[in-house]
Amino acid sequence: MVNAKHLNSTDKNNVTEMSTKNQNEVRIGLEVHVQLTSLKTKLFCGCSSDYKGKDPNSLVCPVCLGIPGALPVLNANSVDYAVMVALALNSKVSECMFFFRKNYYYPDMPKNFQISQYDQAGGVPLAVGGFLVIDVGTKRKKVRIGRVHLEEDPGRLVHQGAIDTSPYTLVDYNRSGIALLEIVTEPDLDSPKEARIFLQKLRSILEHLGIFAGRLEGSIRCDANISLTGGTRVEVKNISSFKEVERALSFEIMRQKNLVKKGLSVKHETRHWDESRRVTISLRMKEKEHDYRYFPEPDLVPITITEDFVENVKEKMPELPEARISRFVDAYGLPQYDAEVLVSDKALADFFECTVKLYDKPKEVSNWMMGDLLRNLNENNLVLTDCKITPEHLVEMIKLIEEGVISGKIGKRVLPEMVLTGKQPSLIIKEKGLVKISSRDALEGIVEQVFSEHPSCVEDALADENAVHFLVGQLMRATKGKADPQLANQLIHEKLESLKK
Amino acid sequence: MKKQHLSKKEVEHVAWLAHIELSDEEKTLFTEQFNEILEYFKKIDETNTQNVEPTYNVLDLTNVSRKDETKPSLPTKEALRNAPKKEKKFFKAPRIV
Repeated sequence: MVNAKHLNSTDKNNVTEMSTKNQNEVRIGLEVHVQLTSLKTKLFCGCSSDYKGKDPNSLVCPVCLGIPGALPVLNANSVDYAVMVALALNSKVSECMFFFRKNYYYPDMPKNFQISQYDQAGGVPLAVGGFLVIDVGTKRKKVRIGRVHLEEDPGRLVHQGAIDTSPYTLVDYNRSGIALLEIVTEPDLDSPKEARIFLQKLRSILEHLGIFAGRLEGSIRCDANISLTGGTRVEVKNISSFKEVERALSFEIMRQKNLVKKGLSVKHETRHWDESRRVTISLRMKEKEHDYRYFPEPDLVPITITEDFVENVKEKMPELPEARISRFVDAYGLPQYDAEVLVSDKALADFFECTVKLYDKPKEVSNWMMGDLLRNLNENNLVLTDCKITPEHLVEMIKLIEEGVISGKIGKRVLPEMVLTGKQPSLIIKEKGLVKISSRDALEGIVEQVFSEHPSCVEDALADENAVHFLVGQLMRATKGKADPQLANQLIHEKLESLKK
Repeated sequence: MKKQHLSKKEVEHVAWLAHIELSDEEKTLFTEQFNEILEYFKKIDETNTQNVEPTYNVLDLTNVSRKDETKPSLPTKEALRNAPKKEKKFFKAPRIV
């Protein structure tokens, strides 16, 4: 929707300049919201933070319901966790920080304000500045961090159907008051893909810090500011997972480019990503910054963060992904690429290390994990922590191949079963009768059968070595892949030799 | 009337922010009242604050926090008791987009 009155001559000039100069340049800044899921309680009250799957409004109290007179008290651990994140992002931790009220009228916050932090009007957020380096293809890119601050999560709104047509809104305040860390980037990202890479890296860091379980739904969400160079900034809200990020951003970029192509201007507004329809929709005229009327939260006192405190947190910092990747390369001799893929998900890296402890062939383990295991998880839309495969079982399977009980090919069929059922590989093999056939007697009969069924191919194979593969393939097929591949090859060749005589 | 600190347009804007609908009479009335209040507050401007640090909190306290330990929440029925509208275990609110 575009207002015709914006179509004055200046705008038109801008549009032409843009289309000739840098039509494709996109600037994306992210506001990432991360729930500190390792905290037991909410940010300002003792209600349990374990709200997922609980009955609506069962984890609420006067503080998180915004009942007049109720007073918030800061969760001490939230500061530890937030400082850890700030340090991991190379941000400068403030010596003294304040909480501010962000005033807006929306039923997700029963107080009509959100307790947050602010970097203007004398406000000091937890940390400012910093950066995160991401790898985009072969180039490394520094994404600047604007600030890191603590705030409370709003309640959950349940709409009947789509958000813009729902007759009313149902509100569940279990989420209201959950500790949220807001991480704001500068508009340094150039594409939806870069945004996804940034979020993946950030998620891995947060998981390694042990403050956050990324597998929980809604534990990492983001809003994005998107603009074409020289154009107006549009905010897209409600991107609920980083699977959605690329989709939402791509849609919004296309929408803006189409407007520009038509000579229309992009309106400064907030749009809502509708996951089911896969479009962004205009929500409301965006409040201007001063409409939030930020002011210091009088119910919370300033928090000083001393150098000693920061040093103490630094000492407790666990190994971060970059260090872990280097260690995987040095200690296990993995290629850089393997190390990066495994460490991109903490659960995957942990699984790898457990497995290698039991079976000291890191590259072999990595091959199975990077190839068959990951492909299987992706195909079934699973994450490792959701499925039942264990390091012990993976090791058992690799050893069964090594000992010649099953072929590598059969291993590829056993693994998906292990992922889905959590059964021991030896049991799967027994149940499905997958033990390798390595006796000549058992295979010779089948060789005869293959030769009599494919006489013309036998002719070809006698003349051309390349055609032999087809016959070996038929033999494997007839045994459902159970034939020992080496022996199969040998028997086919022997049979061909005997025919040549 | 004395000097205008706040226009009727600004009153309309504040009402929009708060999702409150005002009649024309109310807008005029509130504009007048706001201006009277602001006129009264102007007295504060007479104080010289040039060398005074801003006060962000009137309490002489820092670092008040609590341990990360759960406390019982309210029973849902109790939590919903004052809600003008509810449905099942939810609060019910108008759609605002």
